[in-house]
Amino acid sequence: MDWHQLWTIVSLPDNIPIVGMIFILPFFTWYGLRQAFANDRLIDRLEADPDLAKTHHRKVEPFQKGWARELHVWPYLLRMEFLAAVIVTVILMVWSIALDAPLEEPANPSLTMNPSKAPWYFLGLQEMLVYFDPWIAGVLMPTLIIIGLIVIPYIDENPLGNGYYTFRQRKFAIWTFIFGFIILWSTMIVIGTLIRGPGWMWFWPGMTWDHNRVIFEINRDLHEIVGITSQPWIGLFGGAVVGGFFAVSGYACHRLITATAFSRKILERMTLAQYVIMQALLIIMLSLPVKIAARLLFRVKYVWVTPWFNI
Amino acid sequence: MDETNGSKGNVKTAAPKTDGNGNGARTILGVTVDPDAIKQKAELDLKAARQPTKTDVYQSIFRVKHDETPRSRTLGVLSNVFLHLHPAKVNRDAVRFNFTWGMGGITFYLFWVLTWTGVLLMFYYHPTKVQAFRDILYLEHDVPFGKLLRNMHRWAAHAMVLTVQLHMFRVFLTGSYKKPRQFNWSIGVILLVLTLLLSFTGYLLPDDQLGFWAVTVGTNMARATPMLGHEGPFGPQFGMTNYNDVRFALLGGSIVDANALLRAYIWHCIAIPGFAATFMIVHFWRVRKDGGISGPAPMALEKEIKPLRRR
Repeated sequence: MDWHQLWTIVSLPDNIPIVGMIFILPFFTWYGLRQAFANDRLIDRLEADPDLAKTHHRKVEPFQKGWARELHVWPYLLRMEFLAAVIVTVILMVWSIALDAPLEEPANPSLTMNPSKAPWYFLGLQEMLVYFDPWIAGVLMPTLIIIGLIVIPYIDENPLGNGYYTFRQRKFAIWTFIFGFIILWSTMIVIGTLIRGPGWMWFWPGMTWDHNRVIFEINRDLHEIVGITSQPWIGLFGGAVVGGFFAVSGYACHRLITATAFSRKILERMTLAQYVIMQALLIIMLSLPVKIAARLLFRVKYVWVTPWFNI
Repeated sequence: MDETNGSKGNVKTAAPKTDGNGNGARTILGVTVDPDAIKQKAELDLKAARQPTKTDVYQSIFRVKHDETPRSRTLGVLSNVFLHLHPAKVNRDAVRFNFTWGMGGITFYLFWVLTWTGVLLMFYYHPTKVQAFRDILYLEHDVPFGKLLRNMHRWAAHAMVLTVQLHMFRVFLTGSYKKPRQFNWSIGVILLVLTLLLSFTGYLLPDDQLGFWAVTVGTNMARATPMLGHEGPFGPQFGMTNYNDVRFALLGGSIVDANALLRAYIWHCIAIPGFAATFMIVHFWRVRKDGGISGPAPMALEKEIKPLRRR
């Protein structure tokens, strides 16, 4: 256990946001879901008791009859905003006095930094480079993440949960977002920052970053493992495997989408185009953990090898 | 009002006192000087100074009275250019921290902090290979509070990337992207991308090893863009080389050098902040036009879902 190495990584000023993220993200996930569960309990009561639904103001926050439903922005909201600005300023001041922004030696194209890392918020993408070629990890996936985020409101046809925390009414949506944001995006940023060392090799927390370390592992293409050797068949085999992955995970996603009576009802509201786009995005998102598992467990390099591109 | 602007005093003193020796009034070089009248005016001025809110100067600036009546609280927000993006009143529970987490507002505040610290940093920075790194050293060691300024700019940037993601997480958990706010979510995704790009373009500016290699790693991915990069799928077939592909356009050259520094500077200081500000205007405008912040809204029940009317 190399505590000094661990401290060197964790205390690097540029890594503070990631170390902070390890605590902040679980906190806010808990903070949001706690309110969601509280609301779910009230929803249960309201659905069981139609009379209560008519008399109750349908929020978990307490409400007295004499109270106004709305407050004046001045002063009730503006004082909160002012307070937030003051607190943020104080935090920034203390942070800026305590920790110095990093400055390395002058740029030198002939002296490669090892490891040379992108800014921390792109380390998830850089980590993806281990598993996919750059055109997928660096171009296709970011584009699809942006497009996928933009279309979320246009493919989510569930009218419930509009403007309040809830888990029960939006199970599929919330699981999908937490999977994509926390489990994939944020975890891979943490791995890329804290775990990946020289040569982008995997160093568990506490392992010494050994610049001379060599890892003896041979990654093979899937067709080599199976034993196909000549080109048209390699390409066709890979295409079939990728097609099979789309079919299987599409089926799995469909089973998830239609798991409950409620989600089947939502599916009925969706157009074919909405369904196809959602499936495509879900399958491509799933391809990342599947490829990670294939690499880490079976040492698979490429699944689909063609003369033009490799996946 | 007429008390305070001194018009009464004028009427009194306007009556000329013809006998030069009586009551202290006398004529010096053709100008009538009456100490009593001057004393009277001074008393009026003093009286007005005790009620500054009634002076013409005050009223010309603030236009309306600020007391604790609902009308004046409303006008205080609506007649102020900086506050008028707020509604006059908000949902009582929306003021609570636990619903919004304050992350959107904090992100905007951090954008302001970054604008101001950024403008100050620009005074000391030249985007040239010869001077950039020396300017950072100068900032750190000679400029008063220069180190604090640079630290604050960097940490506020990190914090902004974090708060933007948390804001998005909250908006997702509360389902606030649902009708009628779908379009504003999409604008928000673009703002997220612009935030990341702002931070990324700023990374190169110190012209040190850290920024140089981060940007090298980042832009090397652009080589692999399908069809537009010379190492991407179908890139060579489209005639892409190291000297005409999308990476060349980003860097203004085939390596990260003086042109890349200048381009990063202009993107970072002028172009992207301009785009971001424009999209922010739309974002905030739409928050208001789509009915203010989404909640906490009264919970809807499953049996209340209305059948969908297709266009």
